[in-house]
Amino acid sequence: MKNIFGLLISLLLGVFIILALDSSVSFPEFGSAVISDRVSDNYLDEDNIEDVGSANIVTAIVVGYRGFDTLGEVTVLFVSALGVALVLGSSKKQARMDLKFKPNFMLRIGSKVLFGIILMTSIYIIFHGHLTPGGGFPGGAIIASAILLMYLADDKFRSNVKGFKILEGVAGSLFVVIGLLGLVVASYFLQNFLPVGTVGNLLSAGIIPIIYVLIGLKVGSEISGIVDNFLTEEESL
Amino acid sequence: MIQYAAIILFVFGLYGLFTNKNVIKMIVSLNIMELGLNIFIISIGFVYDGIAPIITSTSGSGLLYVDPLPQALVLTAIVIGVGTTALALAVAKSIHNKYNTLDLGELEDIL
Repeated sequence: MKNIFGLLISLLLGVFIILALDSSVSFPEFGSAVISDRVSDNYLDEDNIEDVGSANIVTAIVVGYRGFDTLGEVTVLFVSALGVALVLGSSKKQARMDLKFKPNFMLRIGSKVLFGIILMTSIYIIFHGHLTPGGGFPGGAIIASAILLMYLADDKFRSNVKGFKILEGVAGSLFVVIGLLGLVVASYFLQNFLPVGTVGNLLSAGIIPIIYVLIGLKVGSEISGIVDNFLTEEESL
Repeated sequence: MIQYAAIILFVFGLYGLFTNKNVIKMIVSLNIMELGLNIFIISIGFVYDGIAPIITSTSGSGLLYVDPLPQALVLTAIVIGVGTTALALAVAKSIHNKYNTLDLGELEDIL
């Protein structure tokens, strides 16, 4: 009975959404959006691209035009990591959870080799965030996946949690400090005060790559902290 | 057409949220809803024959790019989704630690 009720409500909602979107004049059909009518036309304007200096326009939006918004999003992630630590952690000393299997030689060595490769990939992705697809958010997630691999392959492994917390705090503070420097040196918060350079060079786009590296470190250390919280428990004596 | 698929995914997630009593399954349903919404937002910016909004050395003027703004919004939304899912799973884990069950019906009987 309850299932049928739920099915009815969800179907009704789906039909309403589809009908409302179908009859709306302002909603474009799939694939035939007119970009020149939208805000994005300004982002794709060649003079504006020269001004911002980031070859990857998605990065230009995330860190350049909407840098303040991104600061808020990073704060949301920080708050959720804090919530996980609050729910799962305690004031007592934490120890690794038993994984109920013994990692053999091949698994331990192989995971260490893969750890390096994954970390290298993530650093590449973070540093080229303003040139190629990727950037701080995906790169940070890849750092955390490398840490997760080490945690799953070896049930004695414990990362330096305190170091991650310090790294996270420093990266977050530096983000705000760079924003305030924009306020002092130029005219508004998070404004670019460094030379832009040539579009497409590694050293270009002013503060955008710097902020994206900081975001990558912050996201990586936060998600690694979450992984550590999930795979540890109170030490039972 | 993909927009309809995204809406159907969203509806599937909603149905799962209504009918499941297991906490983990509810979190999975929430993630499916989020996935549908993300696909929907991305699909708004799609243009036929449009290329990824990245300037390369070969690109001159008059190229057709897809809309970069929805992509930028979804990029951050995915990471926030990871954060909220982690928080939900943490609550689920602490429920399991305390009451040894993940089913909301059984939990009601215990409390």
